[in-house]
Formats: sequence, structure tokens, C-alpha cells
Amino acid sequence: MSDVLVQSPAEKKPLIGKKERKLITDPLSDNNPVTIQVLGICSALAVTTQMKPTMVMALSVTAVIALSNLVISLMRNAIPSRIRIIVQLTVVSVLVILVDQILKAYMYDISKQLSVFVGLIITNCIVMGRLEAYAMGNKPFPSLLDGLGNGFGYGAVILTVAFVRELLGSGKVFGFKVVPDVLYQAGYVNNGLMMIPAGALFVVACYIWVQRSLAKHLEEKE
Amino acid sequence: MFLATDLVSVFVRSIFIDNMIFAYFLGMCSYLAVSKNVKTALGLGVAVVFVLTITVPLNWLLLNKVLKDGALAWLSPSLAKVDLSFLAFIMFIATIASMTQLVEMLVEKLSPELYGALGIFLPLIAVNCSILGGSLFMQERDYEFAEATVFGLGSGVGWLIAIVAIAAIRMRIRYSNVPAPLRGLGITFIITGLMGIAFMSFLGITL
Repeated sequence: MSDVLVQSPAEKKPLIGKKERKLITDPLSDNNPVTIQVLGICSALAVTTQMKPTMVMALSVTAVIALSNLVISLMRNAIPSRIRIIVQLTVVSVLVILVDQILKAYMYDISKQLSVFVGLIITNCIVMGRLEAYAMGNKPFPSLLDGLGNGFGYGAVILTVAFVRELLGSGKVFGFKVVPDVLYQAGYVNNGLMMIPAGALFVVACYIWVQRSLAKHLEEKE
Repeated sequence: MFLATDLVSVFVRSIFIDNMIFAYFLGMCSYLAVSKNVKTALGLGVAVVFVLTITVPLNWLLLNKVLKDGALAWLSPSLAKVDLSFLAFIMFIATIASMTQLVEMLVEKLSPELYGALGIFLPLIAVNCSILGGSLFMQERDYEFAEATVFGLGSGVGWLIAIVAIAAIRMRIRYSNVPAPLRGLGITFIITGLMGIAFMSFLGITL
């Protein structure tokens, strides 16, 4: 009896230790899925004209990454490696169908606004990337945290992009007007560039520029 | 019936105006990862055209003959009220994954040379957003069968043009003095943005 207790010091570790915290905080900055690993760009750019749909998108993606990481990690020893991509895709698409049905039921307008991009979470490279790189070789709980962390990292980037685009493009934040009418009367004009697809690319480029200027070790040597 | 001009219009629209990369950012992951030289970019582009042209019409059949509300009526009248459209995502991705597998095996058997050139890219395509995106747009826009086929081909060609163009530019930009933090990813985004603006000028064309 006492043997078992001595043998398992892991039991005493707190639920969220240093390692676990790192799993969540790392993807927010140094190992950001969007700006460093260059994954999941498609949806990051397309849905970011306004904050509200972006928020919904970020939450959906986080839910899908975290849950699919958990499920795949639970099944990891039973999946033959030859067909693992199909298995992963199946798990992910089931989760995405759930998310899509929930959005259609409770937030129909936003679901229409996001149109095909909800479905495209299936092929969002972050999801597949995390499954391949983390969930296939780690225990369920760390995998869940890793999924959450990457989801938040993704969310942080797309919310920043959406904030800039909505503020400059239509003078609003979360649909509320923040640029006062006085400014418009004084000749201030919304920046139309922010509303077109190309605007998103420039904002992300600036984000990367700022991030890499602040952290020199992230620069690419090409 | 629709006219051949409609098909031409869908084709041109899907290449230039609704370009997968510049208008919807689909397939950006592989677009950024595999655009370091023109030859491999061309290989991947051709593979994408190939797979898109096959999967979009296939998924159209699947959607209109199996999944849509009442689509199963041709099997037996008792199935006329079945609506399986919530299964669209999983069926589409299953078609795409199995088609890429099939295409990979066929190419390996029939043309080892082409397989040597495309081999490593084919499995990647299953998770390329532009492939699934093509099928989802087809569903959203309610295309006819012929339109869907042409749309698949056109989107593929548009994607091919985009990736070859960016690869050529990236090969050149290696000789330019780009600010260090912008090198690689950052500058590629900016160039893609500029190309996107250039492609927007096609919006003025009425078809």
C-alpha cells in the first residue's frame, strides 16, 4: 500500500503545474500557431472584418482543437498509423458538424456571415497540425491543454486583426460606434482598404513585423 | 438549359474574380509553405487543379443525389422526406480524402514520372482548404452539374496561377534588402496583399 504511494509522486503534482501552464502560454507568443508556425491562415484572414463573427470563430476553433486533441489522444494507441489522417479527419469533421449545428440553431445570422468558413475548420491546418504533432504522442490532459493554448493563440491573433480592421474600416468595435461623428464631420473617412481581403494581409504582416521586431530570435534567416 | 457562355463566365469568374487565394485566402497554408521555388509550386498547383476538378463534381452528385432534402426520392418514395444535409461536411471530406488516395495510387501506377514530381504533394492536398472550400462554395452557390465541374477546374487554375506567381516573386525577392523582421513570412503577406489588389481590378469586368 505504502509502496504504491511512494511510487506515484505524480499524484501529488498540482493539476496545473509549470509544464501545463507553459502548454497554454507558449502558443500565445513564442510559438503562436498563426504568426510563427504559419498555420490556419485561411480562416484567420477571411472572417476578420468584424469583431463579433471573429469572436465566434475563435471560440469555435478553440473548442474544435481542444476536443479533437482530447479525443485523438484518448484513441492514439488504437489508431493504425497508415490511416491516421482519415481517422483524424473523421473526428474533426464530427466536431465541426456539431459546432455548425449549434451555430445554426442559436446564432443564425453569424453562422450565415461565416458561411463556408465554419466548415473549413475541418481543414484548418492548426487542428491537423496539433493532432499530428501533439495529440498522437501525448496523454489526454496535456493534449487538451495544448489544444486550448493553441486555440487561444489563434484567437488572440484573429481578434487583434479584427479589432484593427473594424476600427479603421468602419469606425466600430464589436458593432458599437467608437469614432465620434465630430471626426467624420471634420473630414475623417473610413479606410476602405481594411474592408477588402488585401487589408487583412497587410494587418497580419504588420502584426508579424511588430512581433518579430520585439523578439529578434523569431526572425527568419532566408 | 444554360448556355455555353454561362459556363465561360463561371470559369473566368472562378479564376480571376473569386480567386481562391486573393479573394478567400483558401489554401494559404500550402501556398505559403510550398512557394519557395517555381518548379515545386507548379507541381502542387497541377495536383490541386486535378483534385479540384474531380472532387467538386463528385461532391455535387453526392449532395444532390444523396444528401439534400428529399434527394433520396429516386431510390424509393418513402425516402422522399429524408434530409441528410447536416452530414455534408463529413461526406465531402471523406470523398476528398479517398479521392486523393485514389489519385495518388493511379498516378503511381500509370505515370511514375508524374508521381515522382507530385508524389509528396498529393497527400498534402487532402487537407488543403481550397479543395474543401471548392465543394462548400459549390453547395452554397447552388451550381448546376456542368457549372460545378467548370467551377472546380477554374478555381484550381486560379490557385495554380497564384502559387506560381508568388513563387516566382519570392525567388526574386531573395536578392532584395527586406527589413529583417519582415523577411520570409511578413513580406510574402504584403506581396500577396498587393497581388490581391491587382486582382481586384478584374471586379470591374461584367460577364
